[in-house]
Amino acid sequence: MLSKRIIACLDVRDGKLAKSVKFVDTKDIGDPVSKAREYYEDGLDELVFYDITASSDARDIMLDVVAQVAKQVYIPFSVGGGVRTVEDANKLLWAGAEKINVNSAAVKRPELIAECAHAFGAQNTVLSMDILRVETSREFPSGYEVIINGGRTPMGVDALEWALKGEELGAGELVVNSIDADGTREGYEINLTRMISEAVSIPVIASGGAGKPEHLLEVLTEGKADAALVASMVHYGDYTVSGLKQWLHEHGVKVRLRY
Amino acid sequence: MLVIVDYDAGNVRSVQRACQHVGMDAEISADPAVVAAADKLIFPGVGSAESAVETLCDRGLDEAIKSFYATGKPLLGICLGLQIVLEHTEEGDKTCLGLVEGASERFEFSDRSLKVPHIGWNELTINRPHPMLENIQSGDEFYFVHSYFARPVNSHHMVGTTEYGDKTFCSVIARDNLFATQFHLEKSGALGLKLLSAFKHWDATC
Repeated sequence: MLSKRIIACLDVRDGKLAKSVKFVDTKDIGDPVSKAREYYEDGLDELVFYDITASSDARDIMLDVVAQVAKQVYIPFSVGGGVRTVEDANKLLWAGAEKINVNSAAVKRPELIAECAHAFGAQNTVLSMDILRVETSREFPSGYEVIINGGRTPMGVDALEWALKGEELGAGELVVNSIDADGTREGYEINLTRMISEAVSIPVIASGGAGKPEHLLEVLTEGKADAALVASMVHYGDYTVSGLKQWLHEHGVKVRLRY
Repeated sequence: MLVIVDYDAGNVRSVQRACQHVGMDAEISADPAVVAAADKLIFPGVGSAESAVETLCDRGLDEAIKSFYATGKPLLGICLGLQIVLEHTEEGDKTCLGLVEGASERFEFSDRSLKVPHIGWNELTINRPHPMLENIQSGDEFYFVHSYFARPVNSHHMVGTTEYGDKTFCSVIARDNLFATQFHLEKSGALGLKLLSAFKHWDATC
């Protein structure tokens, strides 16, 4: 039986691990390479690195970080942030990433998803979506809107429509990231996650809001997520990956325990 | 020399890095002569079997892998490398290498909560002992990413199986000097590295 995955997300700014709340107030909180290694040894199922570096000159620092992680960590490893072209993605794959996360650039130019799926395979093309709750309207029938550029720019795109479009264009997995829940540690956006997971046939990774083991349980059962992304709750040392997995196992969720 | 077959189907560098980690230097090669003359061969692959088979044939690597297999030296297939050693794949209706009788077919589920591709960590059940699996036990989990699964004709070749939904599919094939896994042992943490380490020592005499 397939296990539910626990994925740690590391936001990297200028080569350092950073964490935001509701996409603002970003702070440096450590070295991403040693954190990645620590989580890997503690039974993490998958790793996501997100480059939130503002200036494009610092992109090479990220390539170096990716290369260092790839030498030490032997679980699936995806990288995103600032991927605008197949060429950008290729550099990250060469450095050692396994999967590529596309986000803002794909909203502006949806063909990017198809281009990546064609170049690297659908299974290595992950569509990451940053989503804000809005009034249900003709423009946003699902009641959720896709926002780009690190939560700053609304694009007038309905979240559910975009998820379905992403699947159709060849994304192999979806990251559903709730801006409302990001960094609050008050729980994932369950309705949003379930709505998208039930609508698509590819795996859905829930993101944003994890603060307690109960939140993971809720999103992996009620929220129908295939994987749960964690950040603050492990970065600050409040919980360990192995502790979370043991707790989920005791509460009836199938997770990988032997590693 | 350990050679990793390069046919533009996935991250051969991940496999090479994992080999290095367990103390095996590996050469990545797309040259049929190098592949056929290797001491040990890894045949990896992710993505579409259709384009993978086309690229293999265009480069003459299909024949190179077949002649390598005929020498009796150790051959390790990973993911697509397990499906393509069979005779046929439903993906693009392609004829494959035919080292093992059988074919690959697509996962079909009536239950929509079962996602395809099958992505994530799942358990291996070992059907019969094999020297490559000495340090692995049934219930150990490995990382899978695939939409098609192998169906070997001869159950003796089906050394390991895995369950997804109501389906029990073949996740490890072994025949003579061939050992192949549907899962990515280069991405399966310490247990995957253990298997790769076993390949380092396996002389394929069984």
